Amino acid sequence: MAERQEFFNRRLHSLLGVVPIGIFLIQHLVVNHFAVYGEGSFNKAAGFMEDLPFRLVLETVVIYLPILFHAILGVYIAIWIPKNNVGHYSFLRNWLFYIQRFTGIITLIFIAWHVWQTRVQVALGNVDVNYQLMQDILSSTGMFWFYMIGVISTTFHFANGLWGFSVTWGITQSPKSQKILTYVTLVVFLAISYIGVRTLIQFAYGV
Amino acid sequence: MAEDKTVTFIITRQDSPDGTPYEETFNIPYRKNMNVISGLMEIQKNPVNANGEQTTPVHWEMNCLEEVCGACSMVINGTARQSCATLIDELEQPIRLAPMSTFPIVRDLIVDREQMFDALKQVKAWIPIDGTHDLGPGPRMPEKKRQWAYELSKCMTCGVCLEACPNVNDKSDFIGPAALSQARLFNAHPTGEMNKSERLEGLMEDGGITGCGNAQNCVQVCPKGIPLTTSIAAMNRATNIQAFKNFFGSDNAH
Repeated sequence: MAERQEFFNRRLHSLLGVVPIGIFLIQHLVVNHFAVYGEGSFNKAAGFMEDLPFRLVLETVVIYLPILFHAILGVYIAIWIPKNNVGHYSFLRNWLFYIQRFTGIITLIFIAWHVWQTRVQVALGNVDVNYQLMQDILSSTGMFWFYMIGVISTTFHFANGLWGFSVTWGITQSPKSQKILTYVTLVVFLAISYIGVRTLIQFAYGV
Repeated sequence: MAEDKTVTFIITRQDSPDGTPYEETFNIPYRKNMNVISGLMEIQKNPVNANGEQTTPVHWEMNCLEEVCGACSMVINGTARQSCATLIDELEQPIRLAPMSTFPIVRDLIVDREQMFDALKQVKAWIPIDGTHDLGPGPRMPEKKRQWAYELSKCMTCGVCLEACPNVNDKSDFIGPAALSQARLFNAHPTGEMNKSERLEGLMEDGGITGCGNAQNCVQVCPKGIPLTTSIAAMNRATNIQAFKNFFGSDNAH
């Protein structure tokens, strides 16, 4: 089986991007959207998530380990392997292939920083996760734009990743189904980007 | 004056497999309806570069001259294609010719495409019918299936899809689109189907199907119009199912 390791790893990489990471991403953006309905609303929702039983186990199994695996193999896939050629072969899918790898790296940098600010700092006892913390972080213009780029990069990587997932698992075989899925994933990208960006604006500007 | 018209070629040359690449410019007289190969033949007749210096003729490969053999693939103005089917009138000048950099270079525009034949061996792209006695006629093939399978059989191993693929290079052992489509072709054949798991397992080996990153350049550049990305998705589905059959067990895992 040893020589099948790559097949298994790449399939696992593809699966983890959607289940559980993609599902977690949508849940995370939706729960954060409570901020739009007011500070109390957000703190209640975040508090509920924080008080889930077995939280550390859930976080480790559903979030940390899958993201770690996806990220480590992803850096290899994004940086080491491709010889990008969008200059000579500027087809839509080739551009999306390139942007998928580019946003993967941006997303990794963003997530690392985000985990540092909202998880490591909490574990060190420096801050508490609540509306106030996010307001403090995002009131700086630099941080606001860093989060904007990070969130949009993440939502793009997820939405376009859904398209790749469907081909990798052989769900969309015909050119027609692949084309329609391109439009569907575009809608997914716009929809979840809206949810994320709306929340960031709320934290930063209170509107 | 039409008689004075010239065509300029800037050719990336290399004298030996481990030589250093260099560029050489040639001006050749224009003729009506020229293709890239007729330009190369002109250089061969009179190997004098744009500076008026005598040089060695440029080496390239060709055979059928009608886009069915796949021998004359090269990178023309940045894009890999068949030089026999590329007309001078349709190109921007100067015309830049380079060997397909995905493959080891033998000399000038000649590359060694052996890795494509190794890939066909990895996926067992043939139908084993030899035996000690007459096995009789095989099962019949549905006409509808024959029609799409015929499209896959047009592959001429020209290497253009591998050259255009961002994931086929010396840092990756990805098998490339051509062999993936051939595995699908032979698995579609009613006799070939009897050994389909052997081909799928070839695709599941390291450097098999998983190197595909879905940039889909292959299907855009294929000179034969083979639906390569459809084949890749089909083989993705088939290898996944085979992997589940292998792991959980199945009476249909042959």
